Amino acid sequence: MIPAPFDYLAPTTVEEALAALAEHGDDAKVVAGGQSLLPVLRMRLNTPEVVVDLGRIDSLRGIREEGDHLVVGAMTTHHEVRTSDLVRTHAAVLAHATDQLADSQIRHRGTLGGALAHADPAGDQGACVLSLGAELEVTGPGGARTVPADQFFLGLFETALGDDEILTAVRIPKHTGWGGHYEKFVRVVHQWPIVAVAASVRLEGGTIAEARVGLTNMGPTYLRARGVEEALVGATPTLDGVREAAERATEGTDPPSDLNGDADYRRHLAGVLTARAVVAAAGG
Amino acid sequence: MTVTEERGAAAAGEKAEIGRARRRKEDQRLITGRTRWTDNLVLPGMLHLAMVRSPFAHARIASIDTDAARSAPNVVGVFTAADLAELQGVLINAWPITPDQKAPTHTPIATERATFAGEVVAVVAARSAAAARDAAELVDVDYEELPAALDLKEAAADTVLAHPDLGTNKSAYWVFDSAQAGTGGDVEEAIAAARADGIVIEREYRQQRLIPAFMEPRSVLCDPTGEQLTLWTSTQVPHIVRFALAATTGMPESKIRVVAPDVGGGFGGKLQTTPEEWITVAVARHLGRPAKYTETRSESLVAGHHGRDQWQTLTLAATKDGRVTGLKVELLADLGSHVSLVGGGVPVLGAFMFNAIYKFPAYHFAVQTVLTNKTWTDAYRGAGRPEATFAIERLMDELATELGVDPLEVRERNWITHEEFPFTSVCGLEYDSGNYEAATAKAREMFGYDELRAEQARRREAGDPVQLGIGVSTFTEMCGLAPSRVLGSLDYGAGGWEHASVRMLPTGTVEVVVGVSPHGQGHETAFSQIVADRLGVPFEAVEILHGDTQVSPRGLDTYGSRSLVVGGEAVVKAADKVVEKARVVAAHLLEASADDLEFRDGRFTVRGTDQGMALTEVASAVFAAHDMPEGVEPSLDSDATYDPENFSFPHGTHLCAMEVDTETGAVKMRKYVACDDVGNIINPLIVEGQVHGGLVQGIAQALWEEAVHDDAGTLVSGSFVDYLLPTAADTISFDVDHTTSPATSNSLGTKGVGEAGTIASTPAVVNAVVDAVRHLGVNDVRMPCTPERVWRAIQDARAAQEPTEPAAMPHFDADEPGRSSTEGAGA
Ligand SMILES: Cc1cc2nc3c(=O)[nH]c(=O)nc-3n(C[C@H](O)[C@H](O)[C@H](O)COP(=O)(O)OP(=O)(O)OC[C@H]3O[C@@H](n4cnc5c(N)ncnc54)[C@H](O)[C@@H]3O)c2cc1C
Repeated sequence: MIPAPFDYLAPTTVEEALAALAEHGDDAKVVAGGQSLLPVLRMRLNTPEVVVDLGRIDSLRGIREEGDHLVVGAMTTHHEVRTSDLVRTHAAVLAHATDQLADSQIRHRGTLGGALAHADPAGDQGACVLSLGAELEVTGPGGARTVPADQFFLGLFETALGDDEILTAVRIPKHTGWGGHYEKFVRVVHQWPIVAVAASVRLEGGTIAEARVGLTNMGPTYLRARGVEEALVGATPTLDGVREAAERATEGTDPPSDLNGDADYRRHLAGVLTARAVVAAAGG
Repeated sequence: MTVTEERGAAAAGEKAEIGRARRRKEDQRLITGRTRWTDNLVLPGMLHLAMVRSPFAHARIASIDTDAARSAPNVVGVFTAADLAELQGVLINAWPITPDQKAPTHTPIATERATFAGEVVAVVAARSAAAARDAAELVDVDYEELPAALDLKEAAADTVLAHPDLGTNKSAYWVFDSAQAGTGGDVEEAIAAARADGIVIEREYRQQRLIPAFMEPRSVLCDPTGEQLTLWTSTQVPHIVRFALAATTGMPESKIRVVAPDVGGGFGGKLQTTPEEWITVAVARHLGRPAKYTETRSESLVAGHHGRDQWQTLTLAATKDGRVTGLKVELLADLGSHVSLVGGGVPVLGAFMFNAIYKFPAYHFAVQTVLTNKTWTDAYRGAGRPEATFAIERLMDELATELGVDPLEVRERNWITHEEFPFTSVCGLEYDSGNYEAATAKAREMFGYDELRAEQARRREAGDPVQLGIGVSTFTEMCGLAPSRVLGSLDYGAGGWEHASVRMLPTGTVEVVVGVSPHGQGHETAFSQIVADRLGVPFEAVEILHGDTQVSPRGLDTYGSRSLVVGGEAVVKAADKVVEKARVVAAHLLEASADDLEFRDGRFTVRGTDQGMALTEVASAVFAAHDMPEGVEPSLDSDATYDPENFSFPHGTHLCAMEVDTETGAVKMRKYVACDDVGNIINPLIVEGQVHGGLVQGIAQALWEEAVHDDAGTLVSGSFVDYLLPTAADTISFDVDHTTSPATSNSLGTKGVGEAGTIASTPAVVNAVVDAVRHLGVNDVRMPCTPERVWRAIQDARAAQEPTEPAAMPHFDADEPGRSSTEGAGA
């Protein structure tokens, strides 16, 4: 469909972008890869008067190390994320989730920042950054602030971002030497997950020393399965060994009911998929 | 009669084009899109249209305020039904299946009531598509919502009326009974006898609603200027559109030219005369300017016709040794809000196929077609026959289970053996040829049937969380829609003949005009191969013209796997006439008797001499016409109109292995074998393409696709996010092969292949899914077999198998591996 008319701005610096947002307030909308925003505009579910394209701001792109963190610029594409050796080495679960995200065309356009700012509870990367304890760098008129992931995702398509702010980077604590696996349950491959589980584990002497588990589409936003994480400590990384811990994946969830399954079924899936994700993350 | 003898002499030897896996000559332009898709066409002064559609399934249109839209920038006009009353005409139903069929008047723009969510209530014409869309948002329609008839069973009970003035939702009740028809026994007697001493299987199956999601959304462009009105439209049926426009708008047929340029898929979804076409014509005529409308994908999903949507109530009677003695079929079929072009006829096309490849002595079929407040339904790949094949192939598996025998064995006990052809079925159809034993034996071997059965047993034994199921579908179908005589006896509004012309051009190339209208099938390639063989000219020298009523004035278009078996035969006959005309001229020029001329590889030679001349030389000589035989007209061009005596009956055995993850309900295809008998094959590559695509479409019904409406009648699966269309990444590599028993009803010995894969595959997949978990107590999973449905079927079966548990108990064992919830089922 054809979007409603809008003005298009393409700033080349973060400052210019922020100035544009300050000027137009909630009449403006930022566009990154456009893979979520354009469908919304084309279906006229949103009709901003001004669209501010971040695509020409070079400083928002790229992946670098900063001490024990990995810093991913908000405009880094899914393709860049999944093909980055740094991400594979230090945040394996994010690379694995991004491998399974949409299709090649979309991965070349869509960005990590766009996906996180969009905060679709079925988006694949939120549960990864949440479970890895990432922080989001948010820049506004007053400068940059850092928001921990568990305070950034507030609800359905809702984040801590203000109208006059943009997400500039994602800071992920390095999980070097951890195994990571994203278990995505879909009916057709190009689908958003019905339920997915992001698991990262560190083994010591053949048992699980530490685990990080995030859940996708099990509530209005991404969830961290802390109960599972606790129960996994000391577990043998086999399906039998982790089963009991994985059952705790349903704690505190509030999954949706839709054409792909009702809430009950999703809860059931969360348990099964958590066990599988953890075992796979452990290399099983 | 064998087909090779009948084939043109030119076909002999290595030069034969028929049978060659030629790459399709049309593909480069189609795939790159550098071609005449309707939306690519631009005319001077052309306006763009945008539709205003009802968001309500059923509502009275109290008023429409178009003022704001009219005064929006670049808007040329905004029209409601009242504004176009004189011009818009009506949409017809070409197949009233009973004389008393009830059908509401179908105006292109809704007049007083909107009858489904998505129906057009107004149209905007503007100088750009964007301006038209913007203005459409400004049209203010005041609706008074009415209760909507949505659920098929409730609608059949007339609880809420889709069209209150009709007084009922029941449109037509159509019956075939073998005892009444004199083609078989009485089904009630057979069922009574089986109840006393035999087996009776009773089932209810759901054919979900599907959407024929073609690649190219529908697009239409109308040029009303000049002497003649020209309509370019993305359709399967340009000739039918022209006829219907003339019949319903008062324009003389001779003033209407309809062009189907390149068309990107249809699957039956473009076998329609659409409101959007009629509206575009009306607006263009009203304004006297060219107008174009191209739908969005969302509009395509909601307003292009839908398919299937039936409830099937089935009763199968058999003896204790598994011989079927009778089959009773009672259908409810959802028409949607109107009886569209062939809407009511779709279930009737299936009526003759529930008995499939079997020798059933008694058969009863009845369908009640029902109006609802949903998008109208009509043909979708297979049209009636997939529904029939699904029902009977599912039932045969159920019978096998009841008997405790292999599903292939039960089929063998009942099928027509190859010695019995030609065979008159319990519906009175004459199956001309087939060999079910051969196709089954080959499929079985390709599949590794025994090994997979052994693996299945091992997995069951071990209680593997991933179970294996094997599904069988030994299908046949009737296609090549023609015999005009038969279509007439079914009250269909048109014939089924097909037309072709062959024109010899003086420089050696050949133009072939066909009445069938391809939309992705590869007609240009296949017909070129046929003509190259018949006339002995190079494949490249043949040009196939189609899809324009001015170029190809006679034809009945493409659907029902008819293009090759009906249209191809017309091409053969026209080509043969060219040779016969040329023979007379060649004899004259060679100073020989026509009887002494032999035609081979494109040359006439005088028998026993080295004297001769090429057909193309004869064509040049005729063009010059300097030296024609006395009384012979200077033209070799020839026409043929062909109306077959019978349908074509392709068949095949499909075997499918599915893995079912019992912990999640996820299903995964492991192996799929299709051994089809489509008669002689003109181009194996095209046949393979048709089979592969057809399989995926049938598998998609089994596993993925479903049009779902909410309680208000809004299409929830209104985009490809929710209407799950598979891609290549979701399927596996199929093993496809053939057995061949040539059709005896046409000289090429071909049978239709366009729908076979779709018809066959759906039950093969569902049978496999059910087979994987039958030992757990499951005997059905409703389509599409989503993981949730499969998982619930397993849970419900487990619950049912533990009758001692009180109802309030968890529906699955909380201690069981991978189960975490303790809440009840269906919460
Ligand atoms: C067919 C299809 C399939 C898909 N499948 C999947 C899938 O399986 N899994 C999945 O996770 N995703 C999927 N996606 C979504 C994809 O990941 C998107 O790329 C992503 O959700 C949004 O990223 P974007 O860069 O395109 O953002 P945009 O669409 O440009 O923006 C999305 C939203 O975020 C805001 N925004 C963007 N960047 C910033 C920023 N830096 N600061 C503040 N606000 C910002 C925008 O204003 C907008 O509201 C799919 C998309 C499509 C079209």
